[in-house]
Formats: sequence, structure tokens, C-alpha cells
Amino acid sequence: MAGKPKLHYVKGRGKMESIRWLLAAAGVEFEEEFIETKEDLAKLRNSGVLMFQQVPMVEMDGMKMVQTRAILSYIAAKYNLYGKDLKERAWIDMYVEGTTDLMGMIMRLPFEPADVREKNFALSLERAATRYFPVYEKALKDHGQDYLVGNKLSWADIHLLEAILMVEECKPDILSAFPLLQAFKGRISNVPTIKKFLQPGSPRKPPTDDKFIANVRKIF
Amino acid sequence: MSGKPKLHYFNGRGRMESIRWLLAAAGVEFEECFLETKDDLTKLQKDGSLLFQQVPMVEMDGMKMVQTRAILSYIAAKYNLYGKDLKERALIDMYAEAVIDLNELLMTHVIQPADKKEQHFATIVDKATNRYFPVYEKVLKDHGQDFLVGNQFSRADVQLLETLLMAEECKPDILAKFPHLQNFKARISNIPTIKKFLQPGSQRKPPLQEKDVPKVMQIF
Repeated sequence: MAGKPKLHYVKGRGKMESIRWLLAAAGVEFEEEFIETKEDLAKLRNSGVLMFQQVPMVEMDGMKMVQTRAILSYIAAKYNLYGKDLKERAWIDMYVEGTTDLMGMIMRLPFEPADVREKNFALSLERAATRYFPVYEKALKDHGQDYLVGNKLSWADIHLLEAILMVEECKPDILSAFPLLQAFKGRISNVPTIKKFLQPGSPRKPPTDDKFIANVRKIF
Repeated sequence: MSGKPKLHYFNGRGRMESIRWLLAAAGVEFEECFLETKDDLTKLQKDGSLLFQQVPMVEMDGMKMVQTRAILSYIAAKYNLYGKDLKERALIDMYAEAVIDLNELLMTHVIQPADKKEQHFATIVDKATNRYFPVYEKVLKDHGQDFLVGNQFSRADVQLLETLLMAEECKPDILAKFPHLQNFKARISNIPTIKKFLQPGSQRKPPLQEKDVPKVMQIF
């Protein structure tokens, strides 16, 4: 039996993707079990392994963890990606919650009715450019360090990189007004574990497409 | 200048209520600055106090903290309401995150359009009684202890109590099938700091009335 964490989710990004990023960045190998049909999900539910009948679920360290943020916080703390004290942790949490909100807006788009989707697409790009990215640009500018918090790689950096790449998939030049974020993107992408995750053949999942959406609607 | 935390929000529950609960449970006195008009919010946004232009915001320990979860985690850790190790913390997070999901359903009931209200109410009752409450009932039954995690009072207990009371406001007999939750409710309500918070004159806020919704929406 492998000691590797085992991820239970559909074969796509969704709420599990941030968990894949964090494990990969921490250099932790993991296995994945993909839910492909409604029956797969029913089976998981009936076996009692999903505390609230929901995925993501990650089997790790003897636990069957659910709730995305609980899982992410555990991994971050375990692998020293959560700052050195309570205050650094608070800053990391604040930054991560911001990128969570931003990515959440984008991830919800394919599931929204068509008339609302276009409006929200524009809104998410506007928010990226005026509410979120300026905050991280300023944070990097103010302290002049390589990482967002405490001069050390943390969950906040990994999550921000994920968010930057996701927004760039929507609008490739979104970082044009943010030189420090451009440099940050280059720098964090080059962290060896992250560089590996960004290469083809890694567990990183491709952007959500219509086929995935149709499948998700069938399963859930 | 007092050393007390200062909460910035409108004079109502919303996303700040869980923070009020946790501070009160921890025996921490706090001050509140209420947003009453859109101008009040704009002023805070313009003076750079709101990292992502949003409230809740809590001034505490030299920080202007935003993002509800970041604030709750900080308070819980600072006041020893977060378990004794990483695994207890993970369990607390799992329980707390699910409670937050149920809270979200409860909170948004009052703003549902008239034609959606009945369906939404049914969803609340279904999720509460079939997905969430059975989990906590079983946890308490299985270990027979007074608190959800580690035989010690934690934020999970505080947040669960808050939600149980809100659910009862929605449907007074919602705990009928959950004897352990009924006992839990009585027990946790009797903890001195919480008992004090539950008395008239405390900083606990009443439920939002339908008639007050437009005024609140106007601020945001």
C-alpha cells in the first residue's frame, strides 16, 4: 500500500486543482481516482467515505479529508508552506482567499446561464485587473522580496501563480500593467517542483471544456 | 486608544456574525463601526483600509484583516480554539467549513425572490437534516464527549451552535430527530462567555428582516 495521498474527484480541474498544485509544489507524489459516472459517485457516497457526500476527498495520513480549504490548510501546514507564525499565516490566508474568490468567479462561468456568463466573464477580468492583481503587485513592490509573505515560498505564492495562469487563459495580456507579477510568474514557475508540474504529462489538468461540463452535469 | 479589536460591517449578521460569535466565545471584548450608507463603504475603500475593497474588516493586533475565513482562523489560533495539533485542526476545519456552507444557505434565504423562497426553504431543511446534522449527531454519539474535537472546546463547537440556532429560527423543530445536537446546544449555550453573548444587550445581531434587505443592498 502506497503512503501517497489519494485524490478522489472528476478528471478535471474544479475544486481539486488547487490541491494538486499545492501537493505538487510541496514535492508530494499523489494518486488519483477519477469519478467518471454517476454510479462512481453513488458508490463513494454509499461507502461512507465522503463526510458530507461531497468531493474533493483526499485520503492522507489516515484521514479521509473533505472540504477544499481544510485539505489545503492541512497540506500547507504539514509542508511548511504556511509562514512562520500566526500573523504570517493570517496574511497568507488573506491572500489565498482573494485568489480563491477570483478563481471561483472564473470557474463558475461555464455553469452559468448564457446571458449572465458574458457579463460575469467581463466582471472577472475587471476584478482581476482592478481588485486583485493590484494588491499582489503592491505587496511585492512594497517589500521588494521574491515571495508574497515572509521572504519564503508559501501557499500564497503557489495559489497566486495558479490564479495568474488561469486568468491568462482568459486574457493573455492581463499582466501587461503588472511588471512585478510578470517577474513573479517567471520566478515561481521556475521553482523545480512547480516547473515539473507545469510540464506535459504532470497531474495538472487542462482548462475546463464543454465535454467536461457535460460530464460533470451528468455525474452531479 | 483601546486595544480591542474593531469590527467594520453593517449593523447586521451577514458574514461578520461568525466573527462576533468567536470573539465573544473567546471572551474578547470588541468594538464595532457600522456602515450605514454606501458613502461609509466608499470612504473605507478609498482610504486603503480594505485589502480587496470588501468587508468584513477587523482591526486587530496591528492588522486590518479581511476575508472572513482568514479572520476566523486567526482568532481561533490565537485563543486556543483550534485543537492541539495539525490533525485536530484539520478535523475542526472540515466541520467548520461544512457549517459555513450551511450558514450560507441560511443567510441567503431572506434575499431569495418570492417565487424561489419555498424551494430554497426546502433545500435548507433537506441539506440541514440529511447532509449536515447527521454528521455532527454521529460525531457526538460516537465519542460521547462534550465537544466535537479532541475533548476540548474549539471554533467548531462555536460555529455549530451558531448555525443550529439560525436553523431553528428558520424551522423551530429542525432538531427534533437529533437528541445529541439538542444536548450539545444546551451545553454549549451554557458556557459562560457564550451564555453572556446569548443574552439581550450583547453584540449578537438579530436576523435580517425582509423589509431591511433593500437598505443593506444599497450599502454594497
